[in-house]
Amino acid sequence: MNSAMNAVRRGLGNGLVQAFLVVIGLVWLTPLAGLFVSSLRSAQDTAKGGWWTALASPGQLSFDNYSALLKNSGMTQAFWNTVLISVPATTLVVVIAALAGYAFAWLDFPGREPLFLLVVALLVVPVQIGLLPVAKLFGQLGLFGTIPGVVLFHVAYGLPFAVFLLRNYFAEMPKEMLEAARMDGGSEWRIFTRLVLPVGRPAIASLAIFQFLWVWNDMLVALLFADSSSQPLTVELQSQIRQFGSNIDVLAPGAFLSLIVPVVVFFAFQRHFVQGVMAGSVK
Amino acid sequence: MTATTLVSEKASPRAAGAARGRRSRRRARTVALLFVFPALLLLGALVVYPVLFSVGRSFFDASGTRFVGGDNYTEMFRDPATLKAIRNTTIWVVVAPALLTGLGLILAVLVEKVRWATAFKLLLFMPMAVSFLAAGIIFRLAYDEDPDKGVLDAAVVSVHDAFAGTSSYPTARARDGQGLTPGRDGSYLTGADLSPGHTVTLGLVGVLPKDLPKGASPAYPAAARKAGADEVRGVVYLDFTPGGGGKQGRVDPKESGLPGMKVQALRDGKPVASTTTGSDGSFRFSGLDRGSYTVKLPASNFAPPYQGISWLGPTLVTPAIIGAYLWIWTGFAMVLIGAGLAALPRDALEAARMDGANEWQIFRRITVPLLAPVLTVVFVTLVINVMKVFDLVYIIAPGPVQEDATVLATQMWLVSFGGGNNQGLGSALGVLLLLLVIPAMVLNVRRFRRSQR
Repeated sequence: MNSAMNAVRRGLGNGLVQAFLVVIGLVWLTPLAGLFVSSLRSAQDTAKGGWWTALASPGQLSFDNYSALLKNSGMTQAFWNTVLISVPATTLVVVIAALAGYAFAWLDFPGREPLFLLVVALLVVPVQIGLLPVAKLFGQLGLFGTIPGVVLFHVAYGLPFAVFLLRNYFAEMPKEMLEAARMDGGSEWRIFTRLVLPVGRPAIASLAIFQFLWVWNDMLVALLFADSSSQPLTVELQSQIRQFGSNIDVLAPGAFLSLIVPVVVFFAFQRHFVQGVMAGSVK
Repeated sequence: MTATTLVSEKASPRAAGAARGRRSRRRARTVALLFVFPALLLLGALVVYPVLFSVGRSFFDASGTRFVGGDNYTEMFRDPATLKAIRNTTIWVVVAPALLTGLGLILAVLVEKVRWATAFKLLLFMPMAVSFLAAGIIFRLAYDEDPDKGVLDAAVVSVHDAFAGTSSYPTARARDGQGLTPGRDGSYLTGADLSPGHTVTLGLVGVLPKDLPKGASPAYPAAARKAGADEVRGVVYLDFTPGGGGKQGRVDPKESGLPGMKVQALRDGKPVASTTTGSDGSFRFSGLDRGSYTVKLPASNFAPPYQGISWLGPTLVTPAIIGAYLWIWTGFAMVLIGAGLAALPRDALEAARMDGANEWQIFRRITVPLLAPVLTVVFVTLVINVMKVFDLVYIIAPGPVQEDATVLATQMWLVSFGGGNNQGLGSALGVLLLLLVIPAMVLNVRRFRRSQR
């Protein structure tokens, strides 16, 4: 009797929990759905009523805004700039951090300990503090307003976390494995490429996804270091935000284009993605 | 002698070996330095040097020519804009991490109880992949003040109207000298001389015929009905004949009643009865004592429609942006806490359940204390991230409200690059941001050293 009542109560409780979570899930989905539906509506329809009214008359929805976006040279240029910034910034961070991470974990050189503690300390340094000095430096070097300048800044500020993550991962490798490789007379370079990199693949994948996401989504760094010919999608969209309300037919599909790439990466590499974000959240 | 020879004979290959060892060790060091060099070069030139430069620069004036000591730092706490930024950042740090950790904890515990936990976690984590810019645009849309554009205000307005009702005639008004006088609060009143047995006709204008509620019917028949001895009857009608020809102040045959109008009967200024007009605009108060009454059309009939909440106005803009931040980061808190939850010793929970503890007691007395280390990590991580929030504020706060929403990172940007052009003060704000994360820096270094022992 008592246990039956408990079961009823538990079932009821579980029903409430389910209902609550469904509501939360809908709350989370709605803003995104709003953006997507808005991106499919013409400026005139948007002026007439909220995006939810389009659900009743799906006839308004079309991909016209997207085809207009693809014809907009500023937008397509910005999209390619985003790729041209994110891909090298990710590759360089992975390569440079893997080299340094291996050295910090297994090679002997003067100042190894204090230098690595410095890297750990630099983990939380805010990007903001570098903006002004690096802008001056890049101005002297002719890098200001160029894609390589943006890339270098991202690489530098991605490195502390990258080196930290990879060094810790590499340090877990069994010592015997490395010693055996050294006995066989492999050079450090050979050991690095043939042994360390393959073993470190999971950590490298997480790092690459995190760094890619970070750079792809960045606005602040590019806002300062990129000029109008090298600016990524985020900055291009940001420059149009002042007319917000009148240009939703441009902003909404642009924002959707900018978020669909990382979201696809997210669903394709869920596990690495979550690990990367978890590990890198201190940044 | 022999011994020495022996020793020296033995020593010489050893010395050669040592020399070779030294050489190979030097080679190994060179290789090691080559491995770390690119990282150290970039970190030195683009991170360490800028930190030192900014610290130095923060002691100079706007143009960088005059040493001003700590003036930039005192200026920071005097200038109303930067002070506002410090205040807002404080609000962010106090509110957002605590809310996120709490929400993450609740969801992490609840989601364990359903079968579709993985799908739910994926959905809530997904915003972490979305840029602050895109999230900003998403929420600029959602927070739009116009209930015909912003989904949030649309929801608020429909909930409000469902409970408080809508006013049906925001534009209606009475003509002067036709029996209705405007009250101070926007209501309309008749004279105070109606006694039971009277019928009144209350004419209003200012309602477009197309705005009349569906089902509104002519008021003419009702206007002619006689009131009983204990009744006050009447009609509220639109004193306008479509196509013309009606007479002002009289219920003409084609003139429509105004249904759904709230009507009150007052005696000595106090409401004694209230009702709502029917489809022909008629109303009736019955069972009235003898005496004189006033009929009142309360202001709520004429109130402008409820417009919802001004989310991005000066007062609510910071909470609104924090809301958008919750959308992004709740999944993070939930997944991290969920991982901690999965690592909890099952037997402790089982034992408590066996002892008859209810879910709340288990949560309060066992889960939370055991999770404390994870909760701390989540909280600290969020504090660090919240202090640096930039894009979201920059995108969501509309231009005129920007200064009400400003935080340290946006203020630093505005002061240094966005028109302020005071790089001395800008550097000082950058240094302040750095100082704020120094506890986290110390914590990281200490945690790392402990893990190496």
